[in-house]
Amino acid sequence: MTIAEYERAPAVASADQQGLAPRLLRIWKTEPGIAGWLSTTDHKEIGLRYIVTAFAFLIAGGVEALIFRLQLAGPNLHLLTPEQYDQLFTTHGMTMIFLYAGPVLSGFSNYLWPLILGARDMALPRLNALSYWIYLCSGIFLYAAFACGFGPNDGWFNYVPYAARAYNGGPNIDFYALGIILLGISTTVGSINFVVTFLRLRAPGMSINRIPILAWGTVTASAANIFAIPAVSLAFFLLWMDRNFGTHFFDVPAGGQPLLWQHLFWMFGHPWVYAIVLPAMGMVSDGLPVFCRRPLVGYTAVALGTVATMVLGFGVWVHHMFATGLPNVSLSFFSAASIIIAVPSAVAVFAWIATIWNGRPVFTTAFLFFASFIVLFTIGGVSGFMTGSLPVDWQLTDTYFVVAHIHYVLIGINVFPVVGAIYFWFPKFTGRMLDERLGHWNFWTMFIGFNLGFFPMHISGLLGMPRRVYTYADGMGWDWLNLITTFGSFVFAVGILLLIVNVVASMRRGAPAGPNPWDAPTLEWSVSSPPPPYNFAVIPTVGSRHPLWEGRVPPQEGDSKSYVEGGMVLDHGRETVGTSPLDAEPGIILKMPQDSFAPVLLSLALTAFFAGLGLHIWWLAIAGLVGAGLDIFGWLWPERSLGETAEPANV
Amino acid sequence: MSSATPASKLPVGAIDTRATGWWAMIFVVFTEASLFAYLLFSYYYLAVQPHPAGTFPQGGTPSLSLALPDTIILLLSSVAVAWAQFNIERNDKRHLVWGLGIAAVLGMIFVVIQYFEWAGKPFTLASSPYSSLYFTVTGFHMAHVVVGVFMLWSLFAWAAMGYFNRIRYAHIHIGALYWHFVDAVWIAVFFTFYITPLLGLK
Amino acid sequence: MSWSGRKYAVSDTVFFAGAMLGLCCGAAQAAPLNYLLGHGDKAYPVVALTWGVLLIAVAVIAIISLLVAGAIWRRPGIGMQAPGTRLELSGAEGGALWIWIGVGVSSLVLLASVVWTMRVLADVTSPSKRAALTIEVTGRQWWWQVRYLSDDPARIFATANEIHIPTGVPVKFKLIGGDVIHSFWVPALSGKTDTIPGQTNETWMEAAKPGTYHGQCTEYCGVEHAHMGLLVVAQPSAQFRAWYEHQLQSPDPVGGQQAAGQVDFNVHCGSCHAVRGTDAAGVLGPDLSHLMTRKTIAAATLANTPENLTRWISDPQGVKPGALMQRPELSDSELAGIRTYLQTLK
Repeated sequence: MTIAEYERAPAVASADQQGLAPRLLRIWKTEPGIAGWLSTTDHKEIGLRYIVTAFAFLIAGGVEALIFRLQLAGPNLHLLTPEQYDQLFTTHGMTMIFLYAGPVLSGFSNYLWPLILGARDMALPRLNALSYWIYLCSGIFLYAAFACGFGPNDGWFNYVPYAARAYNGGPNIDFYALGIILLGISTTVGSINFVVTFLRLRAPGMSINRIPILAWGTVTASAANIFAIPAVSLAFFLLWMDRNFGTHFFDVPAGGQPLLWQHLFWMFGHPWVYAIVLPAMGMVSDGLPVFCRRPLVGYTAVALGTVATMVLGFGVWVHHMFATGLPNVSLSFFSAASIIIAVPSAVAVFAWIATIWNGRPVFTTAFLFFASFIVLFTIGGVSGFMTGSLPVDWQLTDTYFVVAHIHYVLIGINVFPVVGAIYFWFPKFTGRMLDERLGHWNFWTMFIGFNLGFFPMHISGLLGMPRRVYTYADGMGWDWLNLITTFGSFVFAVGILLLIVNVVASMRRGAPAGPNPWDAPTLEWSVSSPPPPYNFAVIPTVGSRHPLWEGRVPPQEGDSKSYVEGGMVLDHGRETVGTSPLDAEPGIILKMPQDSFAPVLLSLALTAFFAGLGLHIWWLAIAGLVGAGLDIFGWLWPERSLGETAEPANV
Repeated sequence: MSSATPASKLPVGAIDTRATGWWAMIFVVFTEASLFAYLLFSYYYLAVQPHPAGTFPQGGTPSLSLALPDTIILLLSSVAVAWAQFNIERNDKRHLVWGLGIAAVLGMIFVVIQYFEWAGKPFTLASSPYSSLYFTVTGFHMAHVVVGVFMLWSLFAWAAMGYFNRIRYAHIHIGALYWHFVDAVWIAVFFTFYITPLLGLK
Repeated sequence: MSWSGRKYAVSDTVFFAGAMLGLCCGAAQAAPLNYLLGHGDKAYPVVALTWGVLLIAVAVIAIISLLVAGAIWRRPGIGMQAPGTRLELSGAEGGALWIWIGVGVSSLVLLASVVWTMRVLADVTSPSKRAALTIEVTGRQWWWQVRYLSDDPARIFATANEIHIPTGVPVKFKLIGGDVIHSFWVPALSGKTDTIPGQTNETWMEAAKPGTYHGQCTEYCGVEHAHMGLLVVAQPSAQFRAWYEHQLQSPDPVGGQQAAGQVDFNVHCGSCHAVRGTDAAGVLGPDLSHLMTRKTIAAATLANTPENLTRWISDPQGVKPGALMQRPELSDSELAGIRTYLQTLK
């Protein structure tokens, strides 16, 4: 046990100092076995769990889609009843948007952040574990309802009054509401953790202009979540109250307002769309230059563009409500804003193209995913631009054109970068390379399948096919388009299957990667693959945007030398260094907590609370609440080993 | 071996506003403030819709006879917490305990008065959009006060156990941040429900 | 900077746009709900704008794709290397010009689109001429209730799922949410406006030429959202006037065998459906006073033929599973009688 102290001059040593690595390993290692598995706070472990869980949901959501694509393959098919179809398409949307797209990016950021920022863990390691456990619990909660036949059935944005008790009598919407509120807690605490880590845990010298774009993307998304999540949680809470306790927020006969739901939902919903693409765009901004053998063109513009997109993203929610009869004068403002928001995206697109143009591409699978993403991003972007134009949107909205748009955004700007990121960072995660030959097959199957499946949706939309119909009549001009779409979606699914095959096979048989297989410039590549539990034997010092490329690319003004071989040791228990938000000047030695069961227990207590509310088992709800309270009380108990309590001897 | 890191002394552990918990609480406050902003948005959104006479606010303009003293009590409890913070920064552990205890008691008085305020209302949660809003928004606030009172008693106990001194007081400042927020947001709630009808929004 | 790339892109775009135009027009002719072809004063500026932004979108995709392809293949690339290989790095400065020019051009195009959008918006917000009549449409699960409004209460009548309008004049619509939110959409004539409970929305449309225009609910509204169509029949003024006057009349009284069918109808159907001038006065389902003048039944789901009528009455849940119309307990003769009676409602 360490002796608590008020201040210390940190020892400085070389990273390969005798005995340092074993000592740090002893301090940071998670206990083997189930106890360690449940209590770990290692961000790498949590990050991988996030990614694996999110992919499990991606597959579930994908299978749901394949099933209803069969129904839509031709006119007047009746594989599914309307109710089954409605639960499937809603659960598909819920899964992809809430349980896959956001969490998978949290997974990557969880794994990568401390490594790219030069820290030993996230700022709040136990909160990090809590965020994962609640995510897992809420996913199971939502899917348990679905498995019992009570899946949500009103589309993922769940408009009232159809979601009200009068029109939707089953418990379906109650479970959806409670599950999303539970998930919101996970997203919120995760987001707070990212923001605090971004502001406080960057390696000494990693000033605000030297931070990898991935961190900019995730911190922007997280900041947005902090402001946006309460809107959707509140909307679902008010709906749940209406359904269970007779309140009248959305209840029209008593004076409630259905549009209040839409405002609250989209005040969240639109920023959320950016939250699930900006970190992925960040992955491309960091990954693409590695395979172009040059730094990203326009770093500052891209970073500022990321933030600007998010700020504008809070001002365009009404473009989801263009057909609701709001006055055209106010709609025109939102229409203009929705078109202009494309400007910061254009910054990123031209920065990526210029990076390839002025570099020399290395044809890896990751490069193919990142480069093709630019085109998919553009397609998803311009279809969004079209829906921003108010009179055009009155035609486009709620047709398959919008379905095409949302899939180009979510698959093009989320799945493609994510799969590219898997090819890029898998060697870091596992110490082994993914197979490149299979990777090329993987890429082309996904790319062709995706465009075959989803591009025709634009046309079926322009030909008037409404979204969310469980079947359609023949003679509408949509038959062959839907057949192609269904075929393409199966090709795309084969692509995802190839990825899984590659991952499973390469985990055992992949070529050894070494610490830096791509000769990449950022800090995560300076440590072994996979990294040790403590990440860095000594805290690195950063002097430029590209610590591992120094001397090989021209320095920026103000750059100095980075040090990864030597630095602060910090081995009096779990410790890392806290730095100032702008210039990253070291200011404090932070004590990091031991592994803890508090997060998993709190998640279980909260899940019990929500399950009690959903099933109207009030004692369970109360027990869950009391359990949660006790858990938090124990969690926050001031600890001497964390430097939270007074030392009677000293003062 | 080379490093650019200066070997000067650095504080260790949870120190004042450099503790990560303090930064986390800042963002907890941001997200909670957003929650109340959306709640009050819902109020104003429904308030500006047409209503049958006398239903918004239901039962006429709400009386200030309990709400105003209640507001003052909550503000005084914030003052007590500020006093506790001031004391611990000067290593006055005894008055730290007193400050926290007074704040917690004032918080409990707020809860009791608010209970009578609720009981005196001529409507229930399910009477009208106004009544639903009234009980939901003040209920959300009440839940925050209850959590805050538990938190203040916890800090009181830890302070009484001698856990804090003029260097180790991060817990106090983190808790105080939350409590000041709960008080500040009450001002917004109070203004919305009790003052705007007086200003003509009904 | 690749001006040659852009030149290719432009010619390519023109070709691509032409091909697309041809393809889409062809496909659109065969797709009754398309909105690439419009037919009226409200539709024309929107169709032009739709094509405009569509072509901008296609051009942008083409240009960016060519730039990406050009950037990748303008010099020989490098294959996959052994892990850890240290390839040469390029320190070439510059590239910022790409962002300046790219964003500059994009901003101009976006700005122009905003201006165009606002101009079209001003054109279509309200009609330039006085509306000829006002029709109230109520969205219900899963059909459209239609009432022709008039200052004279005696000249108000109800119908369902088929709206007749005169050509060449604007027609105003009041849109009402009957239960949940629906969206009223007749793509060839006008964009969508939601029908939302608790508020009355307004829209208008004008048909330049006679024809039958398809419409559809586009806001997801429950299990039979897929089967919530409607028809707008635009007729020259004289024909419309004749239809209108006919709809105002109650249907002719029936006798004999048909009277027995009417009795069964009133017993089994009359609490939901109305036939003016009879005891059937239900308001939950469509008004059937002039059922046989309509082209379709079950909200544009089936053609209005005797066989379909029998099928729909005898097994509504087989046609629209989940529809609110229940399967009536009818003997074959009762069914035939009711159908015979309905066929008199001309």
